[in-house]
Amino acid sequence: MPSPLDTTQRSATISVLVDNEAGVLARVIGLFSGRGYNIDSLTVAPVADGGNLSRINVVTSGTEMVIEQIKAQLDRLVPVHRVADLTLEGPHIAREMALIKVAGVDNDRAEALRLADAFRARVVDATTESFVFEMTGSTEKLDAFVELMRPLGLAEVSRTGVAAMARGTRSI
Amino acid sequence: MSQKTANSPAAADPSHTEAPQAGAEVLLRALKDQGVEVIFGYPGGAVLPIYDAIFNQNAIRHVLVRHEQAAVHAAEGYARSTGKVGVVLVTSGPGATNAVTGLLDALMDSVPLVCLTGQVPTHLIGNDAFQEADTTGITRPATKHNYLVKRADDLARVVHDAFYVARSGRPGPVVIDLPKDILIGKAPYVAPPTGAHRSYRPQTQPDAGQIARAVALLKSAKRPVIYTGGGVINAGPEAAEALVAFVRKTGFPCTSTLMGLGAYPSNDPQFLGMLGMHGTYEANLVMHGCDVMLNVGARFDDRVTGRLNAFSPDSRKIHIDIDPSSINKNVPVEVPVVADAGLALRALLAAWDADATVPDRPALSEWWKQIDAWRGIECLRFTQDMAKGAIIRPQHAIQRLYDITREGGRETFITTEVGQHQMWAAQYFRFDRPNHWMTSGGLGTMGYGLPAAMGVQIAHPDALVIDIAGEASILMNIQEMATLAQYRLPVKLFILNNQYMGMVRQWQELLHGGRYSESYSAALPDFVKLADAFHGKGLRAESVDQLDDVIREMLATDGPVIADIAVDPKENCFPMIPSGAAHNEMILGAEHGGNLRDGGAASLTDEGLVLV
Repeated sequence: MPSPLDTTQRSATISVLVDNEAGVLARVIGLFSGRGYNIDSLTVAPVADGGNLSRINVVTSGTEMVIEQIKAQLDRLVPVHRVADLTLEGPHIAREMALIKVAGVDNDRAEALRLADAFRARVVDATTESFVFEMTGSTEKLDAFVELMRPLGLAEVSRTGVAAMARGTRSI
Repeated sequence: MSQKTANSPAAADPSHTEAPQAGAEVLLRALKDQGVEVIFGYPGGAVLPIYDAIFNQNAIRHVLVRHEQAAVHAAEGYARSTGKVGVVLVTSGPGATNAVTGLLDALMDSVPLVCLTGQVPTHLIGNDAFQEADTTGITRPATKHNYLVKRADDLARVVHDAFYVARSGRPGPVVIDLPKDILIGKAPYVAPPTGAHRSYRPQTQPDAGQIARAVALLKSAKRPVIYTGGGVINAGPEAAEALVAFVRKTGFPCTSTLMGLGAYPSNDPQFLGMLGMHGTYEANLVMHGCDVMLNVGARFDDRVTGRLNAFSPDSRKIHIDIDPSSINKNVPVEVPVVADAGLALRALLAAWDADATVPDRPALSEWWKQIDAWRGIECLRFTQDMAKGAIIRPQHAIQRLYDITREGGRETFITTEVGQHQMWAAQYFRFDRPNHWMTSGGLGTMGYGLPAAMGVQIAHPDALVIDIAGEASILMNIQEMATLAQYRLPVKLFILNNQYMGMVRQWQELLHGGRYSESYSAALPDFVKLADAFHGKGLRAESVDQLDDVIREMLATDGPVIADIAVDPKENCFPMIPSGAAHNEMILGAEHGGNLRDGGAASLTDEGLVLV
């Protein structure tokens, strides 16, 4: 029984399996904005049943009572097949991909490349004055890398948002 | 999808053996297969093909309203009084946007509706075409679900799906947006599906373990209460019967929300009256002081709970709701039961007998003694000056309306608008059957009552249907008087005319220093002449000696009546729990020496003031 007095915020990674139909994403986003829930990250793509089912991964935060409410609200949407709170249901993997453009010359450029190597980022585009790195990892790892690039000429970041699933044999 | 797809002959699909018909014909056929008998609607360009199809058949009756909002409220009245799905038909653009208030009203009060909206042809969608609106976008947060039919092949399936969604689980309104080319082009017909829905399968059967836990908790109670809501009404008359059986078996006190009135007979000694902001003293104090609370089909609405952190502080709670998102939303509960209210009540009845534990009868009898003491306050007591020429108190007007309709013994349905008159109706008209009380609870929509009464009267042509109204609310959908005239619907409008938006005036008096900003009903029409102009009968009572005669004449008139009852403009609705206050911080009326607790409204906090 979640208590309304408990104001501890937690992050939740929630995966939602939905019918891939027009307006389904708007329904989910509208639910979050209309009820004042946070969206820290959101991804959506068709994943199964010949493209008829899409998976939405949403990272949100709130008190335990709010997160329970978010899951119940999602679950009662008509095109929703399944709602899984990966954070609560056991160990899970959450990854996102980012393209990170760094513009610079001389030492900064060399340092950027060294750090990229240490972070296992790939160079997917290069000019004499810039790199675009592709990097996959946890949100925290990407955050850390982006922060390191900032003084080295960080020009642009494009991130996918989180894709996530449970570890082990369990599936949604 | 493209125009080409929409017009492609569906007969090419080998699964459809019948010759395809026009989309509008297919739509009507699907409605018939869903058992639809009445549609409330208003024509327009985008839905002309549907009106053409309606013209050519007799199975479905169309009721022409005078404003689309009224069509939705009429369908709500129809649905609430019959348990069937109400059906609305409006055109694109303004037709659809006018319906939005009604849709949200139905969503908040869990009323099953299917609303068909016209749309510009598929190839014009997104072009800012004449009378185009993003109807699915606009109605998404105002409906349980909505559909835009872009392919003729989907039409029949979507209609069947919409009815299933509207009536299943927690009922609600569903919109089907119908582009004109889909209505004109050929479409295949498919029968309603027989299998389970692919994604939406609400749980209706209670978990046996949770029911056993609930019974164990209830049997351990020393100060129990059963708090019921609209979910019991929505679960059908059998649910109300099961509620009565369970309350009687347990011997527990029972209170109800505004939406749940009628599920348990109001005149029964175990009934405490309505709870909440304008609920009875005894109901609210029982809620505050109970040690075990059983909530059946109510949602701990803010009108009911008052200040959340002071709500029923010492109770262990059981919550039965068909909508899992209603559980632990505002108030955490110890025993959640996701189920249909009727099925859960029947399970409780069986489990109560199966559990050998004997309830604590001495404690219960102490509890009843306490309740009787609270009842002794007679929080709804008022004194009506019966001298000739004396001004009518609104409570007396409702009391007499109740007494006189009861003498007549006719089946009576009551609808209301929103405001003081609505609360007085809930307090003084005593309901003893479900589905006979129609009011806008969640959204609080002024203008609901007249069209809702229209829908009720269509469904129950021989019954007495009364809209208890205020003079301000009634003007919000007064054009429906023309609909009453056209269909000879003998709806009675009983207007408590205090020349103010009374609830606004009351809050301004209690919370805003008596600054009656814009709440006076200036330049009111002459309601007697207004009734006459709309082919009805107008009556007026200006003093208490005229009241009974006016009510009797109203009831004896075989046609629509407006009874304009001049009541005391200064009357306030009590008891009242001000916003942000707790159940034990009720204000009582002047009859009871005003504020019950020191300070009363004057002690309202700033936090309370921001609440509505």
